Amino acid sequence: MSPLLRRFLILLASIFAIVTFNFFLFHVIPGDPLRLIARSQHLTPEAVAHLRQVYGLDGSLLEQYVVYLNNLLHGDLGYSFSLQENVSDIVGRALVNTLLLLTCSTIIVVVVGIAIGVFAGSRHGKKSDSTTVVTSLVFWSLPTFWVGMLLVFIFGVWIGGLPISGITTPNAVYPNVFGVASDVARHLILPTLTLALVDIAFFIIITRTSLVEVMGEDYMLTARGKGLPRRRLVWGHGVRNALLPVVTASVLYISALVAGAIQVEVVFSWPGMGLLTYNSVLSRDYPVLEACFLVISVAVLVANFCADVVYRRLDPRVTVTS
Amino acid sequence: MTLDPAALEGEAVLPPTSSKGSLRLLWEDRMGRVGLILLVVTTIAAVLGPMVFPFDPAAVGADSSTILQPPSAGHWLGTDELGRDVFAQFLAGARISLFVGLMATLISTVIGAGIGIASGYFMGPLDVGLMAVTDFFLVVPALPLMIALGAIFGQNLLIIILVIGLLSWPRTARIVRSQTLSLRNRQFVQRARSLGSTNIRILRRNITPHVGQLIVANTILVVAGCILAEATLAFIGLGDPDRISWGSSLHFAFVSGAIGRGAWWYFLPAGLGILVVVLGFTLVGHAFERIDNPRLRGGS
Repeated sequence: MSPLLRRFLILLASIFAIVTFNFFLFHVIPGDPLRLIARSQHLTPEAVAHLRQVYGLDGSLLEQYVVYLNNLLHGDLGYSFSLQENVSDIVGRALVNTLLLLTCSTIIVVVVGIAIGVFAGSRHGKKSDSTTVVTSLVFWSLPTFWVGMLLVFIFGVWIGGLPISGITTPNAVYPNVFGVASDVARHLILPTLTLALVDIAFFIIITRTSLVEVMGEDYMLTARGKGLPRRRLVWGHGVRNALLPVVTASVLYISALVAGAIQVEVVFSWPGMGLLTYNSVLSRDYPVLEACFLVISVAVLVANFCADVVYRRLDPRVTVTS
Repeated sequence: MTLDPAALEGEAVLPPTSSKGSLRLLWEDRMGRVGLILLVVTTIAAVLGPMVFPFDPAAVGADSSTILQPPSAGHWLGTDELGRDVFAQFLAGARISLFVGLMATLISTVIGAGIGIASGYFMGPLDVGLMAVTDFFLVVPALPLMIALGAIFGQNLLIIILVIGLLSWPRTARIVRSQTLSLRNRQFVQRARSLGSTNIRILRRNITPHVGQLIVANTILVVAGCILAEATLAFIGLGDPDRISWGSSLHFAFVSGAIGRGAWWYFLPAGLGILVVVLGFTLVGHAFERIDNPRLRGGS
């Protein structure tokens, strides 16, 4: 079996595990799931029977599980009482907004983070290196939501000028599609900046540590002994090897990114998966909360799979030894 | 003390540094020293603060004129949206945040180290099974799972500690496993085995002491993560409503619109508190990593 196929089967198994875990989390553990769905203790027996049938909760646990899997395969994530809409429609819209936010911040984080990490790592032991490390650790120690609150305070109350809430200006009339785009872009600035400020630190530290380790390898000594110019030494020999652990570490970054996005969306009312999760917690809308957890988890599993595939392409040793 | 067989072999097995020696190395590391000072100061504030300044963090103001007041002689850090003293809440919150962080870390370390050592030492099917579970929890996004569990099981300190602790161990397990794997094939362990040492004895005498230092460095970084996780959960609104932590204080500041009203005294202290504690643990943790891995030390 090829390693790639093996990795793909692991992905499928993980998704299946998450789906099953999700089922048990919301259908079995907290007692009667109907109580959670209807959020009312005072239902007539007829209403209870009807809801049980609608939600596929009238059979044995195994039957319920089959109904659940069947609904999932048909893209049916249930119905939200608090929003009066199909959960899959709500989640679909939110997912697009979240992906927009994550794409923008990830591009900034990866490019700037690696650049600063290489800057610090190639000056190992110097003042500029230790300053960069300490600054990164300070930013990495900041709670993302608090950074967001500070930016809201600075740009919403103190200086002003940038939108601090939502994805578009309420009741705005746009002349054309570019008007919409520029409005969305303006609303993107602060959420993206918040995510980037905290997460860039992660890439700086990983890149820098990895480069410092690589620079200590014997082949780097050889390269230096050959009299290679510093630029080629650092970028051609050092960074190329140092980036492999950075790709591996992106597994941890994906989790941190998701956690950061949830907080940022709450602070800036960005209508994505994070805000949806937050609102469903506040209104105890369990079908929505369940769907949010499922969709976010599966998305992260798939993202990890992609990172792994890239890593295998970059480093042939992985394929040979495993 | 018996002779360490590894020393006779000339193997590169460093004897575990004593805790006193580690503290000295930590103090010599500049970042480690700053981190240590930050932690000592916060711990003193959290433990002694509420005794030295016996203000009641829950005492509500008499009338609407006490609401969201800026710092004054009566209230050093002003008041919140119910007229409560922010400074008293800050001190009380330090206790809760530290307590939750440390307890969750304890749970996480016991599970992570246990799984890591068992997996790395016994190998075989046990290893495959445990690592499958570990890898699963390593990739499942922790915060959404914590939010789901917190929303289902309710909001009290015990639940929060359990939720954070039970989801923070996979990295520890991975790191401890790889270290155990490399130790078990060293000659001093194989010798102990051929001399008839039982598994329990080898784990106790040969494996655990050498893995211990690694666990300490990792644990300190886990504390930072657990404190951040608690703050985030509490900010989302899943904190214990009866015990205000720094995170829940920021939740109330956010929900009550303190930012829009410019009440900086309300949302700055708790956030700075989290920053200082998390930074303290991070600096000390990284300093321990440098002590374990000399190649990362500066000035080479």
